[in-house]
Amino acid sequence: MIENVDLTLVNWSRAQFALTAMYHWLFVPLTLGLSFILAIMETIYVRTGNEEWKRLTRFWMTLFGINFAIGIATGIILEFEFGTNWSNYSWFVGDIFGAPLAVEGILAFFLESTFVAVMFFGWNKVSKKFHLTSTWLVAIGASLSALWILVANAWMQNPVGMIFNPETARNEMVSFWAVLFNPVAVDKFLHTISSGFLLGSMFVLGISSWFLLRKREELMARRSILIAGVFGLLSSLMVAYTGDASARTISKMQPVKFASMEALFEGKSNAGLVAVGILKDTDKKIGERVVKEFVFKIEIPGLLSVLTGGDKDAYVQGITDHVLGNEKRGIMSVPEKMQKGQFAKDVLMDYKRARMINDKEQLESIKGIFRDKEFHDKYFRYFGYSSIDKPEDVIPNVPVSFYSFHLMVILGFFFIMIFATALYFLFKGSLSDNRWFLWIPLLSIPLPYIASELGWILTEMGRQPWIIQDLMPVSAAVSQINSGSVITTFILFAVLFTALLISEISIMVKQVKTGPGH
Amino acid sequence: MTLIFSVLSRLSRFYYDGFRNMSNWGRKVWIIIIIKLFIMFAILKIFFFPDFLKTKYDNDKQRSEYVLDQLINLPASHD
Repeated sequence: MIENVDLTLVNWSRAQFALTAMYHWLFVPLTLGLSFILAIMETIYVRTGNEEWKRLTRFWMTLFGINFAIGIATGIILEFEFGTNWSNYSWFVGDIFGAPLAVEGILAFFLESTFVAVMFFGWNKVSKKFHLTSTWLVAIGASLSALWILVANAWMQNPVGMIFNPETARNEMVSFWAVLFNPVAVDKFLHTISSGFLLGSMFVLGISSWFLLRKREELMARRSILIAGVFGLLSSLMVAYTGDASARTISKMQPVKFASMEALFEGKSNAGLVAVGILKDTDKKIGERVVKEFVFKIEIPGLLSVLTGGDKDAYVQGITDHVLGNEKRGIMSVPEKMQKGQFAKDVLMDYKRARMINDKEQLESIKGIFRDKEFHDKYFRYFGYSSIDKPEDVIPNVPVSFYSFHLMVILGFFFIMIFATALYFLFKGSLSDNRWFLWIPLLSIPLPYIASELGWILTEMGRQPWIIQDLMPVSAAVSQINSGSVITTFILFAVLFTALLISEISIMVKQVKTGPGH
Repeated sequence: MTLIFSVLSRLSRFYYDGFRNMSNWGRKVWIIIIIKLFIMFAILKIFFFPDFLKTKYDNDKQRSEYVLDQLINLPASHD
């Protein structure tokens, strides 16, 4: 029985998961993006028979291989942490997580043991078409592999397609399709893979620019820039489009997160979209939480209302609306949700009592209540609120949400400009003459990584205090283990992953300097 | 049977040749992969990441009882 939360344990467990997930995510998006660029390059080689395309495909394939090999299995550590540090959560989610992760595991195994091997070992051993098919299957397989992880994550943001079984204390999937086509999952998948494509394109564009700056391999560099420029421009436009769709979905499914990423404390009609802003504390408070306001902002009037509600008079809900409620707008307050959650918990306590006295009739009756859709929608969906102390505890860290979101968006527009400019100079034939420009993609290689990590920071920090939206707070999910062991493994992971990252960068830099000629 | 043997033989030859003719960078990353997997599975998993519920309880009934207790007695909220 837990009466008090060990904050040291909760915070170190969160820090450890964040560290491993963020390091893991340094390897994944390059695999997603570069695999498709390789497939496009090899397709041109097979269609034209031009050996130069084969040469450049093999060069980028080497860099893909280094990233793939060093990043492989880094995600498994996250699964270790689920079982050790987040056992209540792992048990509670049941097969909702198990099924997608099992599909991902099988896919990844077959992908890695067969088609990746054909990609690297199969040149001149299998037919051109079979090799090309393998390259495409690696690219498609990598994205499909990511799909299942993102489906599992999307369920945490918007739990659907399940019922809770009090006998096993687990959620059970009742609709695989509801889980798969969860609106959050669809948006998340499209946004994430397109951001991976963008990152891969910037990687190719940046390194190719380096070759042009060094006046080496200029034909290869120009051809690579052509592919990366077109693919990158299309991807960055897709990132913008899917990002917008994702924000709309968040405004409906996770309105407090949405209000936090816009730093909108008071809801309003004709709400402006803040393009750039700096926040500061005010004297006002919601409970014990300090309200923020803008010291400085550049705002596009009415645009937030237009984007979320279709017209400038549409009302955009603020943080206060959700914490204190807004009867006029039909928004339930947190205290009301706490009551509903407590009712669901009381029913669960009745189940526990019935189990202690082995009252089979009562047990069956309560199991039936949990299977009832009305009970689920009215009460159980707010189950997590029963553990919320104060209404303002549902407010995430607003500055973290606001800055991570806005910096990501600004970078997104910057990437569109880089790809468009690269293509402009390339088609004009003056790319090598504009050496100042070539430095920009080269120096921008880390920026899509930063944007991608910011996206995950927003996703995960923006939904605090929940590990599963409205159902389970983070503090209830953590295992009651010694926080000292969590700190030890945090340090071990920091050392291990940093060593892997340094290895990857040093091997890659050496291969880039060697170039495709060897 | 002969066909299966032939396919398996060709497959093993394919992998054998691939590994034997591997480039320098390929050898380096394979060494890193092996060290990494050893650290992850032989050290971290065994000594630092036991499955909490599996090591603490013998069967699923006990595990579900424990989690149910945790859910009912959910801890107080954090800041």
